Amino acid sequence: MNILSLFGKRGESASVAKNRLQILLAHERADDGSDAVLISSLREDILAVVAKRVNIDPDSVRLEMDRTGDVTTLGIDIELPSAKAS
Amino acid sequence: MSNATVVVVTSGKGGVGKTTTTAAIASALAKEGYQVCAIDFDVGLRNLDLIMGAERRVVFDLVNVVRGEASIKQALVRDKKLNNLYLLPASQTRDKDALTEEGVASVISELRMYFDWVICDSPAGIERGATLAMRHADEAIIVSNPEVSSVRDCDRIIGLLDAKTKIAEDGGRMPKHLMITRYDTERAKTGDMLATDDVVDILSVPLIGVVPESKDVLKASNVGLPITLSDENSPAAKAYTEAVRRLLGENIPVTIPEEKKGLFGKFFKGRAA
Repeated sequence: MNILSLFGKRGESASVAKNRLQILLAHERADDGSDAVLISSLREDILAVVAKRVNIDPDSVRLEMDRTGDVTTLGIDIELPSAKAS
Repeated sequence: MSNATVVVVTSGKGGVGKTTTTAAIASALAKEGYQVCAIDFDVGLRNLDLIMGAERRVVFDLVNVVRGEASIKQALVRDKKLNNLYLLPASQTRDKDALTEEGVASVISELRMYFDWVICDSPAGIERGATLAMRHADEAIIVSNPEVSSVRDCDRIIGLLDAKTKIAEDGGRMPKHLMITRYDTERAKTGDMLATDDVVDILSVPLIGVVPESKDVLKASNVGLPITLSDENSPAAKAYTEAVRRLLGENIPVTIPEEKKGLFGKFFKGRAA
């Protein structure tokens, strides 16, 4: 608690709440389940391409989605085996 | 012969005030002189009887009527105070398939003949009970607390109202009203709570009323009286009465009734956080 809050400094949690809801609902309203299908197919395609060159364990592939505003990013993290093993 | 307007009171999330709202709106409409029936669709977890103080007079219920074991007139429970207000209680059965689509359709169409207003109290969730409660509605009252999970669930319910109801399937659009409950003007002012405008912005549904957080709501449910009957001067009762005037088509601005504060309370207002 700082001295400013004693003088009625406005909280900001309500505007954070509004912002989070607006982003979430924009995606939920548009979501027809195709997102999950798309990501799962992307994952398989990418795995197949990488597997052509490197021996990888399918379980060592991590996918991460992040939605911020109008932009959705998809991060793919593949753990490559040590050079010796391949 | 009447031709009732059927209103569903719905929210998705539990505990936001659907049953309180149903009882308050139904009683306020009855006080205006209309023939009103409130139906509890929460099969297995009925509570509207308790909130309306009719729990000891329930004999038959909605499931008995749907199954043809009792007539609607036998199942309707008349309110103690208002003789133009009736309750059709939910059943306490654990059989979740007790309500059928055709059964509910025929109950609603019969009730339309006897009443001016039929108010359907939806169960929480998006399962069968909730979709059947909204299925035959002409209008919907969406109840939300100014809180993120409640608002999100309302958005889901709005999606269902626009897809799974008779009106929607016939190519129409369900008229919707937003009722914000448990509102705290002070916290909204200081930015600690979503304000009414925020919720309206997010859901894009016009506001029918804002019910302030009030101790009177619990007191009313303790004694089994709808808030609009137990204490007309309570800010919550005023908010519901105003909402009913809007439901009846009056074009009045939405106000947020406040608890009367003494001089002492006024002086310390906003410093108690």
